[in-house]
Formats: sequence, C-alpha cells, structure tokens
Amino acid sequence: MLRTRVIPCLLLNDESLVKTVKFDAYTYIGDPVNTVRIFNELEVDELVFLDITASRQSRRPNFTILEDIANECFMPLAYGGGVCDIEDVGRIFGIGFEKVVINSHAVEAPDFIRRVADKFGSQSVIGSIDARKNLFGRYEVFTHGGTRKVSRNPLEWAQELERLGAGELLLTSMDQDGTWAGFDIKLTASVTSKVQIPVIANGGAGTVRHIVDVVRKGGASAVAVGSMVVFQGKDLGVLVNFPGKKELEDAL
Amino acid sequence: MLTVVDYGMGNLGSIVNMFRKIGVQAVVTAEPAGIERADKLLLPGVGAFDTAMTRIKQQGLLDLLNKKAMVEKVPILGVCLGMQLLTDSSEEGSLPGLGWIPARTLAFKGRLDTGRFKVPHMGWNIVEKHTESPLTAGFGSFEEVRFYFVHSYFVKCDDDRHSILKTTYGFHFDSGVQNGNIFGAQFHPEKSHTFGMRLFRNFARL
Repeated sequence: MLRTRVIPCLLLNDESLVKTVKFDAYTYIGDPVNTVRIFNELEVDELVFLDITASRQSRRPNFTILEDIANECFMPLAYGGGVCDIEDVGRIFGIGFEKVVINSHAVEAPDFIRRVADKFGSQSVIGSIDARKNLFGRYEVFTHGGTRKVSRNPLEWAQELERLGAGELLLTSMDQDGTWAGFDIKLTASVTSKVQIPVIANGGAGTVRHIVDVVRKGGASAVAVGSMVVFQGKDLGVLVNFPGKKELEDAL
Repeated sequence: MLTVVDYGMGNLGSIVNMFRKIGVQAVVTAEPAGIERADKLLLPGVGAFDTAMTRIKQQGLLDLLNKKAMVEKVPILGVCLGMQLLTDSSEEGSLPGLGWIPARTLAFKGRLDTGRFKVPHMGWNIVEKHTESPLTAGFGSFEEVRFYFVHSYFVKCDDDRHSILKTTYGFHFDSGVQNGNIFGAQFHPEKSHTFGMRLFRNFARL
C-alpha cells in the first residue's frame, strides 16, 4: 500500500525562505538551499515550494533558486508561484521538479490547467485553492497569496479543477495557516468527499495528532506541514526538523 | 563512461545530479558517437511508450542500442518508462518495444479497483526482493526498502525469474527486472534519496 505522504510546504519570498501566520507576518527562516539539505538528510517524502509573492508582484519563477534546490534534492519536488506560462512549466520540469502548483493563474485562465495536463500529464499538475471563512462562516477562495478574493467557493472550484485535469489538489486553510491549531477538517472533508483526485490538506499542522486527524476525519490523501517543521515550537526559534519515521508510521 | 541516453523524454537533470552526489561521473548524450563509446547505459523516460520508441528510431539510435545491449552486452538500466521500453510490447501503444526482456507492459486501468486504487500509482511504495540481483545488493531483509513511483502501466515478466523486485498496488507487479546485462526499475531512483543512491551505486559498480 502507498504511505500517506507528509510534505513540508516551504514558502519562498523570491530568494528567501519564510513562514507566515494566516498568510501574513512573514518570519525569515533562512536560505532555501541550506534548508533543503537538512530535509534531504531527514529523508522527507516530498517537498513543495511556493513562492508566495510571485503572482502578487507579477514575477516569473526564480529559475536560479529552483535549479539550486533541484541540485540538492533527491525526492519528488513541486513548485508553485507565478506559474502562468506553458514554456516556464517545461523549464521547471527540465530543472528536475515533477509537479507544478497552479493557483492564481488557474482562476484567471482555467484552460491553463488543461493545457499543462494535456502536455505533461495530470500527475504533474497540482491545483491549489486558498480558502478563508468569512464573517458568516462561508468559505471563500482567494488568489495572489491571499490578497484577492474571487467569486468561487472551494468545493465547486475543486470539482472544476479536477474536470480541467489537475491530478492533485492542495487545499489550504488561510485561517489555520501558521497557527499550530490543527487542520480545518470540515473544509478538507467537504472537498475530499466530492472529488476523486488526491487532496493535500494544508494549514494548521502543529502535531502528529493533527496529521492523523485530517487523514482519518478529513479524508486527506496527503498532508502538508509548515511551521512544525521549520520552528522548534509555537513562538520559538527556527529549527528545521521532521517527525521521526517511526512516530509517523505508528500514528498513521 | 556511464551514459544517460537523451532521446528527449524525461528528467535527466535529477539523474545526473544523483550520480554526481555519489561520486560517479555520468554524461548525457543524444549523439550516436557518445552512446557508441559508453560502457554502461541508462535509459530514462517519462511520457508515452510509442512517442519514446518513435524518438529512439528517429534519432537513429535503435540499431546502436540493440548492438550495445545484445552484442557488446554492456549493462543497461531502464528507469520508469525506460524499463517498460525493455519489454516486448505495451498496452499504452502499438509499436513493439526493445524486447530485451521477455515481458509485457500492461495497464493498471481495467485490472485495478480504481475506486480504491488511483491511477497513476503515485507515491512511495515498498519493494521486496524477488530474485537476487547485483542491482539490489545490500538491500537488507530487515529494513523496509521504499521507492518513489509514478506510473499508469506496469511490467509483467513472462518468466518470473526475471523479476528481481516486486511491489504491491492492488496486486503484485514487477517493480525491478533483470535479464543478464539488462536491468529495469519501474520507480524513480533519482527521486528516492538514500535508496536510490544505493541502487545507482550498485549499477555504477557493475
């Protein structure tokens, strides 16, 4: 059987690695290449890199950083941030990444998902959804690093991304991001129950227990972790770490 | 020199990076002259079966590869689609494969309960030794050996003795194969950190 993937989701602000709380309050983590070397030693399953300011600043992916990362990483790699050109996608794969994460541009031009899936295969496309609860408890979708609200709801958008050919979804709760308070299980379950493709739950991981919960109760196929693998603890300093293999296996 | 055959399909950067990491010099080439000189070949591949076979023919590499494999008998490792090309045929296409290993490439779809088992088979999965092979030397019986897979088709050896590794996804399939100097790995060693490094090191030492 396949193992549940636990994926460090690392945030780039162009050349620096940062971590956010609720998509805001950036903390500088360090140099991406040094950090991935540590994750390499820790033998993590997979890594996702998101340049969270690329779309907002209309920047293309920073290929130099991506090359430096790919030269050091011997595990599956995904990249998102400013991915809106099919040739850039080819270049990202050529560098040694196997998946691209597409968020803002999918909303602007849904057909882009289909074009990438047709050319490179669905397994290489992760459709990404950033969702936040409004005052009335309704989930709304945001793009451009959480700065633009769009008139879509997460469930319908997830189903459309699946129809367009995304092979996987990255579903991020903006409310839970960086809080160490656990995943938004309700949001996750509402999507996983309605799509066939794997959903990576993101936002809120603080403990192994949280990971187990979102897999069992939320139906997540994989789990993204951020703060808990770059900080020593909530409100503590930077420490790149990863739960022990045995701890995860016993729990999952 | 260990030579990675570039026929325009797949992720060659990561393969070369991993060889560099373990201190093995590897070159990538699309040129017949470079392949002619190779004492070991790696056949990578991501994409469709027929496209790959067509490219190999168009680049004028088919006869040369056959000579390296069958006459010179240099060690050849096919990775992912590269392993499927070693077989006689694939349900993904209509062109014949290289036919260096008596085996067929079959589709997961139609054979798997796709409600429970998604296709492609994607992620880390366990491999178990089936027949002893120098490619898997040192893969202990105590530890769990796992590799990263992404594929929608799988290989079935005609003769089970050619199966060196097996993996379970709904059912057993041949995740590693060997027929003399011809080796194949269905998974991606270049994306499977220490396990991949050990497999590549074993191949480099052949």
